[in-house]
Amino acid sequence: MPSRTIPTGADVTRDVFSVYTVCATIWLVFATLIGVLLSLKFAYPDFASHTSWLTFGRLRPIHTNDTFYGWASIGLVGLAYYIAARSSRTELYSGPLAWLGLALFNVAAIAGTITLGMGINDGTLEYREWWWPIRLVFLAALIVSAWNLLATVARRDTEDIYLSNWYTIGGVLWTCIIAIVAILPWYQHGLGQVAVSGYYMHNAVGLWFTPLALGVLYYAIPKLFSRPIYSYALGVFAFWTNLVFYPIIGSHHFLFSPLPWWLQTTAIVFSVAMLVPVWGGSANFLLTMRGQPERLSRSPAMFVLVGVLGYLFGSTQGTFEAFRSLQEIWHLTNYTVGHSHLTMYGFISFVIWGGVYGLLPRATKKAPDSLLMGIHFWMATVGIVIYVGALSIGGTVQGLDWIHGLPFIQSVTDMAPFWLWRAVGGSLMFLSHLVFAWNVWDMTYARGHVHLEAPRAVEAA
Amino acid sequence: MSKLTLIAGGSTLVYAVLAVLMGVLPGMVLSRTKPGPGVVPLTPLQREGRDVFVANGCSYCHTQQVRPLAEDAVFGRPSSAGDYAYETPELLGSERNGPDLTNIGVRQPSEVWQYMHLYNPRSVVPQSIMPDFSFLFEVVAKAPAGVTPVAIPKPYAPEHGVVIPTRKAQALVAYLLSRKQATIPGYSPPATAPSGTAAAAAAATSSATAAGKATFDAAAGARLFAANCQSCHQASGEGIPGVFPPLKGDPVETAADPTEQISIILHGLEGKTIGGVAYPGQMPAFAAQLGDDEIADIIAHERTSWGNKAPLATAAQVAAERAKPAH
Repeated sequence: MPSRTIPTGADVTRDVFSVYTVCATIWLVFATLIGVLLSLKFAYPDFASHTSWLTFGRLRPIHTNDTFYGWASIGLVGLAYYIAARSSRTELYSGPLAWLGLALFNVAAIAGTITLGMGINDGTLEYREWWWPIRLVFLAALIVSAWNLLATVARRDTEDIYLSNWYTIGGVLWTCIIAIVAILPWYQHGLGQVAVSGYYMHNAVGLWFTPLALGVLYYAIPKLFSRPIYSYALGVFAFWTNLVFYPIIGSHHFLFSPLPWWLQTTAIVFSVAMLVPVWGGSANFLLTMRGQPERLSRSPAMFVLVGVLGYLFGSTQGTFEAFRSLQEIWHLTNYTVGHSHLTMYGFISFVIWGGVYGLLPRATKKAPDSLLMGIHFWMATVGIVIYVGALSIGGTVQGLDWIHGLPFIQSVTDMAPFWLWRAVGGSLMFLSHLVFAWNVWDMTYARGHVHLEAPRAVEAA
Repeated sequence: MSKLTLIAGGSTLVYAVLAVLMGVLPGMVLSRTKPGPGVVPLTPLQREGRDVFVANGCSYCHTQQVRPLAEDAVFGRPSSAGDYAYETPELLGSERNGPDLTNIGVRQPSEVWQYMHLYNPRSVVPQSIMPDFSFLFEVVAKAPAGVTPVAIPKPYAPEHGVVIPTRKAQALVAYLLSRKQATIPGYSPPATAPSGTAAAAAAATSSATAAGKATFDAAAGARLFAANCQSCHQASGEGIPGVFPPLKGDPVETAADPTEQISIILHGLEGKTIGGVAYPGQMPAFAAQLGDDEIADIIAHERTSWGNKAPLATAAQVAAERAKPAH
């Protein structure tokens, strides 16, 4: 009976990629379980109530922060490490640094979850609710990751630095600055803090998750479709335009607020300018994938395709939402929640899945069951379509109710069916994550499964 | 310089400049915004209440920003920069699953209502989806001396004992009641403001007023009642026994002369005994929030609903009562 063989020379890059993905998946399952609980509270407000740490206002930041800084951050950094090493034809610079970073990410997310549950919330400022010392731990994780990525690319065996690394290294470095700006207190009093919130809540999304996910796409699409990216130059152009336009648009979260009108208008103008990198980037991806429909079937490329469409539709929607005329209807309604899920889920999460399914088997030589991958794909896709559809229609109804001067409570009762559908969509999404978790196990530490290419480890029992 | 330094360093430098321009500098400049006239810091108890508000994430569903839009006029005058001088951390919020709270101290000044609503929102607003904050209350066999238990209607009350607020609940209610917009000297709301109705409808109503207004706008009356009165007096007009008086069959509501009713809506009411029952709650004054037509429509709704049948009031009568010196 053949016994399990350990490959000679430990593969640090593979191990780091695997463990990061496993940790991220645990956060995904936890954070979306909380999400389902939250969605049920809209339909059944007395459900899991009466207890302080189960109240909506404490669970909501746990859901958002853990999806952001647990799931998406750890998942994307794991992918970025693998891509940095492989595209540079080298190994990861330092295993210990990667493990230190992972520990810091996890410590921050665990401490953040516990403290938010206890009611320690740094001002309910969106996506920076963790008590500031915990956010310093997260910053330390970012610095460690930036260092490791830079050092990996620095010892590359190629002349060029592959485009993916521009995006991932840039994203990590810029986010260090975002984290510092968010923590320093001297310019954050009253309305000044509103301006910083506008800056922060959009930059934390658009200069952290977006560039890292784009970096994954620039690497995964050519791999999955066996052809180079359609236009390298367009990718470089999108990189710089994204960098210059994105930081300016944050204030569109506070249109019609007492923030200076010119600041709001500037944000709207650059929200339109964002169409340049978004459409440029999306076109680049879609043109790379064109004409090979056979490669989509039963392939991680399906996730990548949805991820690209999520990027295109979600970001374009964001531009339209920034117009004052449309904000009058949609701002402060549940439409916005639909938008944030279309982007963080339809774009970011699908890209991570595409990257993990597409690349992790190359690292571990273990492929997932294609039926289970399909089940994950369809449950997540149908789930997010129901989710975004329900909240987009419901949010529009809510906004029109207000414009028509109906009593406020009318907008609450009118939302009831849409909130119920949201819970249905959200539950499907959550169930798909359990399947994903199984598949991750299959691709990493499960024994005796289908092996890709030359099997390295075999276990009969 | 190496390629890596150029790409990573160059882009980070560009980003650092933009972060200063779009985050730090606006923050520095706006942090110096002076408080507006009448904007005062919170008392220690109110500040404690604000911390409870933050700890429990209230601002995820309740904004504190009134936009200069007709639809927001129901929540108060448009917020101005000076309103936020003492607001750190800022609580403007991004979602309105519940109503805006900028001016809740004026819109719902009743402490009793706030306690009942926090203990179980559905005890006063049946359609509400707000979580209950019963964990900020204690159930005791008998209220200690000097503490008034919170009157909770039957289906929502604990089986045994009485409900008393903890210090956290007291602080939270103190904070909520402190949410009153300061008056801006010289500011008057646009004519159509309070109900946010379209200009055309407003014009039609005012011409009816000029003609003496024999009829009333039933739909507007029902809508205004729901938005302004229903959370205490309930859709059934029956109020909540012992806490909020019924309007159904009430002598003021069915009197031939509507003057007293007009006066109560304009100026509010507190500590009144009706039909032998002493009501502890405080009814807000609506003079600043509702126009003459709107009050006339609300009175008409009340005088034609739940079996009430009494002569209606005209907007002119409301205007006359409003013009009288305050008593």
